[in-house]
Amino acid sequence: MTTLDVIQVVLFFVLLIALTPVLGKYMSKVFTGEKHVMLPVAGWLERLAYRFSGIDPEEGTNWKTYTFSLLVFNLAGFIFVFLIQLVQAHLPLNPAHLANVSWDSAFNTSVSFMTNTNWQGYAGETTLSYFVQMMGLTVQNFVSAATGIAVLMALIRGIAGRNAQNLGNFRTDLTRATLYVLLPLSILFAIILTGQGVVQNFKHYETVQTLQGAKQVIPMGPAASQIAIKQLGTNGGGFFNANSAHPFENPTPFSNFLEMLAILLIPAGLTYTYGKMVGSTRQGWTIFTVMLILLLAGLGISLYGEYASNAVYGHLALLEGKETRFGITNSVLWSTITTAASNGSVNAMHDSLTPLTGMIAMINLMLGEIIFGGVGAGLYGMVIFIILTVFIAGLMVGRTPEYLGKKIEAFEVQMAIIAVLAPNFIILVFTAWASVSPAGLQGLNNAGPHGFSEILYAYSSAAGNNGSAFAGLNANTVFYNLTLGLGMLVGRFGIILPVMAIAGSMVKKKITPLSSGTFRTDNGLFIGLLIAVILIVGGLTHFPALSLGPVVEHLLMNHGITF
Amino acid sequence: MNIKSNTGLFNKKILFQASRASFAKLHPALLVKNPVIFIVAIGSVLTTVIVFAGIFQGNFSSFNFQIAIWLWFTVLFANFSEAIAEGRGKAQAESLRKNRTQTKARRMAGALEVSVLATDLKKGDIVVCETGDVIPSDGEVVEGIASVDESAITGESAPVIRESGGDRSAVTGGTMVISDRILIRITADQGNTFIDRMIALVEGARRQKTPNEIALSILLSGLSIIFLLAVATLPAFFGYSLAASGLPASQNLTIPVLIALLVCLIPTTIGGLLSAIGISGMDRLIQRNVIATSGRAIEAAGDVDVLLLDKTGTITLGNRMANDFIPVEGVTAEELADAAQLSSLSDETPEGRSIVILAKEKFNIRGREVHQINATFIPFTAQSRMSGVDLKAGDGGVHKIRKGSSEAIRTFVQNNNGFYPHDIQTVVSDLARQGATPLVVAEDSRVLGVIHLKDIVKGGIKQRFSELRQMGIKTVMITGDNALTAAAIAAEAGVDDFMAEATPEDKLRRIREEQAKGHLVGMIGDGTNDAPALAQADIGIAMNTGTQAAREAGNMVDLDSNPTKLIEVVEVGKQLLMTRGALTTFSIANDVAKYFAIIPAIAISLYGGKNGVGPLSVLNVMNLGSPQSAILSAVIFNAIIIVLLIPLALKGVRYRPVSANAALTRNLLIFGLGGLVAPFIGIKIIDLIINM
Repeated sequence: MTTLDVIQVVLFFVLLIALTPVLGKYMSKVFTGEKHVMLPVAGWLERLAYRFSGIDPEEGTNWKTYTFSLLVFNLAGFIFVFLIQLVQAHLPLNPAHLANVSWDSAFNTSVSFMTNTNWQGYAGETTLSYFVQMMGLTVQNFVSAATGIAVLMALIRGIAGRNAQNLGNFRTDLTRATLYVLLPLSILFAIILTGQGVVQNFKHYETVQTLQGAKQVIPMGPAASQIAIKQLGTNGGGFFNANSAHPFENPTPFSNFLEMLAILLIPAGLTYTYGKMVGSTRQGWTIFTVMLILLLAGLGISLYGEYASNAVYGHLALLEGKETRFGITNSVLWSTITTAASNGSVNAMHDSLTPLTGMIAMINLMLGEIIFGGVGAGLYGMVIFIILTVFIAGLMVGRTPEYLGKKIEAFEVQMAIIAVLAPNFIILVFTAWASVSPAGLQGLNNAGPHGFSEILYAYSSAAGNNGSAFAGLNANTVFYNLTLGLGMLVGRFGIILPVMAIAGSMVKKKITPLSSGTFRTDNGLFIGLLIAVILIVGGLTHFPALSLGPVVEHLLMNHGITF
Repeated sequence: MNIKSNTGLFNKKILFQASRASFAKLHPALLVKNPVIFIVAIGSVLTTVIVFAGIFQGNFSSFNFQIAIWLWFTVLFANFSEAIAEGRGKAQAESLRKNRTQTKARRMAGALEVSVLATDLKKGDIVVCETGDVIPSDGEVVEGIASVDESAITGESAPVIRESGGDRSAVTGGTMVISDRILIRITADQGNTFIDRMIALVEGARRQKTPNEIALSILLSGLSIIFLLAVATLPAFFGYSLAASGLPASQNLTIPVLIALLVCLIPTTIGGLLSAIGISGMDRLIQRNVIATSGRAIEAAGDVDVLLLDKTGTITLGNRMANDFIPVEGVTAEELADAAQLSSLSDETPEGRSIVILAKEKFNIRGREVHQINATFIPFTAQSRMSGVDLKAGDGGVHKIRKGSSEAIRTFVQNNNGFYPHDIQTVVSDLARQGATPLVVAEDSRVLGVIHLKDIVKGGIKQRFSELRQMGIKTVMITGDNALTAAAIAAEAGVDDFMAEATPEDKLRRIREEQAKGHLVGMIGDGTNDAPALAQADIGIAMNTGTQAAREAGNMVDLDSNPTKLIEVVEVGKQLLMTRGALTTFSIANDVAKYFAIIPAIAISLYGGKNGVGPLSVLNVMNLGSPQSAILSAVIFNAIIIVLLIPLALKGVRYRPVSANAALTRNLLIFGLGGLVAPFIGIKIIDLIINM
């Protein structure tokens, strides 16, 4: 690593830490209904939206109503995106005359964007029209992220409320998340990106003459607007197939830096919002610290994996499949961040990462996307682990475990276990199925443990709602489209439903006042404990699979064998 | 109950019975109650079937056989831990129950007496008990007074008085009347008496799981399912990897090995010991002579963070003692002491006696017989609020000496046309402020002075309260004294808060207020008027000497009727929860080492080439002898650790009154870190022994 690399990494984290309370405080104002800077600018839009749809923004709902609204809304989004893909040839804004999408791919894509996964079994520029990209995918980029935030808000109200029923109102949370958080940041970011050279137009694909005299078709389109939200909303679905490795998506080192920052910006800020709304910013910073430590540890191992000498190439920079414009450090930093947050956009092919770096990416996915994680989703996933930690270790202080004054009892434990079980079930069972069935093995481009890693990565990515891929796998088959689609659904709603149930159960409980007999969840000891539980409960499940994938590949590489 | 006499962990008889019970508990209907151990049992059966199938096919696998044996041991050890925990309390309770079922009861049918079996009694029946009769069931004395030997329950040999009305009317089945005759109304149906409930709490099969235990069981089952998935998908992962390494099906990935891996990964340690921990927690309570009416109560005890404590008996010794004589101007201290002693000669209350003694000690005034000095004793009544003597004087007149509260004596002297001096009022309020009780002494119209009665705060109680504070428990002193007195004693004893001039209604209100703020409240009480508060409190301990109403209202009964018991009960509750948490942490932390033992063992040949040793052998960090010995060592460690931890499960983790953070740090170091490291060492040692 060069000094410049180091400075850049340090600068990245300093900026992230500095921006967390700024955005966090703003978001807590948005969701608690306090006055904030965007009200004079966009408040009329919010009021108009409520009047237009006849919503009472102050109406409180219980967890069942809240969840029902959420499910209906998501289902409607899914159906819309699914249908417009099937008939895109007959719809406007299709200058490249792209054909209708196959049903399995359409299913996969609409699930993928509804669940904030943005797994792309297709290549954007050769499959989807501008209309589908904008009206379907970009819209889902916003509302899927807003859905994640809404679930988190309901959970926070569940934790902070006492003896109540009211978790707030899904429609209000969704509107505010979109209008005051995602839209303003996206507009700002899109403008900056356009300034850096990201395309934003409705032109036909350009055909140009290369220096060698060959003809090349250069795709165009409204990319900047989608890229802004794909990063900010931890969606990750690229406008072009090469995602953020494409010069029109990510033209300069500066845009690269900003796009990385955008991935973590809202998930990090939400930890502060969380602390603020549960009444102790220390609680928020504790969670932030846990996430940061796990992220830095992963980054450290990844950098080691790329820069350490290896038996095959010695000290050579391993640039195959990586972004030569940005170098190794930026590729590795991106791969760590994009898998830690459930973003999934890439600026290098994860297939080309060294085994150790690839393993860290996979572990990030397998832990359930809780290291900052998806917008809202990462934090509510983390709260699941907090509940487990509090329950296991909290007993050791001699009281019924409690978190922020709320007792953790059988129901919460049951729901937490379901939330942990759901994505793990997908990863383990589907990987097992794919790794022995002809339909699964057909998609492999690589042999040996690397091929296994490709399958394992795909299902981890789906279950974690990440969306990135070990690119070697050809996943646009009926088998992969359906199993991955199902995986994304379970990975999303298999966690949202238990989380909402927990919120509904917690909100009814009374709050035990803090005393010296209380199990503290805002100190160094708890940080250590939480990390241990995440690694043991979340990670040990996958120890066998990881040993057979990246671990053995790494060991073989040290013996000079590659795949 | 005399359980104290046989609490030794390794009592031969209990060990023997428990060993037998371990096999009896193999019944599937009993095993299924413990999901984790049930999974192990299924694994044991499967492995056994495979071993036998192998024998019939003519290739006996000694390795599979050993795995099967140790899996069975795992199940048996778990059963054994439960059996031994039960054994400690059950034997006594059982003999008590047997004793009672053979008892004949003399039921009253109108005026007639009918002899029936104790087991046939119903709630509301009236029975009669005379000298030598065993009381057939729980009930309330409705007529008469008797002394009762309750040693069968309390272990206390001194008989106690039980009488109708008042606060000492409850009797317990199995105790014996040793004098007089009482009529008892039966208050418990068969199967629901005190002793029945007690047995139910310590008997594994009948025991209801407590809320926290249920939550923990769910966690353990959930973890088991996750690991079941991890193990069940392993053959597919291996299938791919074997094909990729060009190897035939693995020798090391047989069903017994998969079962062994599963059993090692699922939390068998805590799963096996969970029941024993619960039972022995209850048992520790019984050893302290406290009977809980439900398992739920003991957990709630650990959560209690506000304790309402009666001043008398808990914080102070039961009685106030005379400490000083403070005369008014013009009266000597000796004069005052003499009058005070005269007024108290026939006063049998501890306060009265302490006055006589103090006068003797200070001024060498000897006690006199009341009748020798022509005196009539005037006892204390609620109306007069004074006591004293009427002395016949030489002139035929009568001198009235009285002692009593300031107000009562003021009325008394003013009625005798006397004058109540102002400086007395100052002395009285000074004393009250110090937490003392002033008793004013007067002779006819003249006030002589004040007796300083002092509450004696129990030794060590201040230390106890500061420990409670460290544990985050707030103490509230309840007293009928006025606010001044109460404040002084509260300060001396170091309680956090006090309630002066508290009525039972005040107590109830205070409990509701604390609960509304989110606190869990514990209290101890005896009288019928305590019953509503006992019922409202999260932990209500009724004293055994109390009324049946109080005993029904509370969720625990203290057989010793010792108010300090509340604090011990809280400690038992905390210890129970801590033990559960500690062993859960230990159990989960163990998994790391077991992975490092088994995964390299089964994956050793992958991508190995000629010599059959593949790159994954580097994961064999413990350098275990062979794949088979590695797997076997992990299984053996997993089984033996259950036995090794039985004493800990029964005794509970060491309890210290420290803050939550200190307790957590300590337990984490021992059980978290210990849980990570211990299996690495243990498995290595077992492996060395196997390969010797």
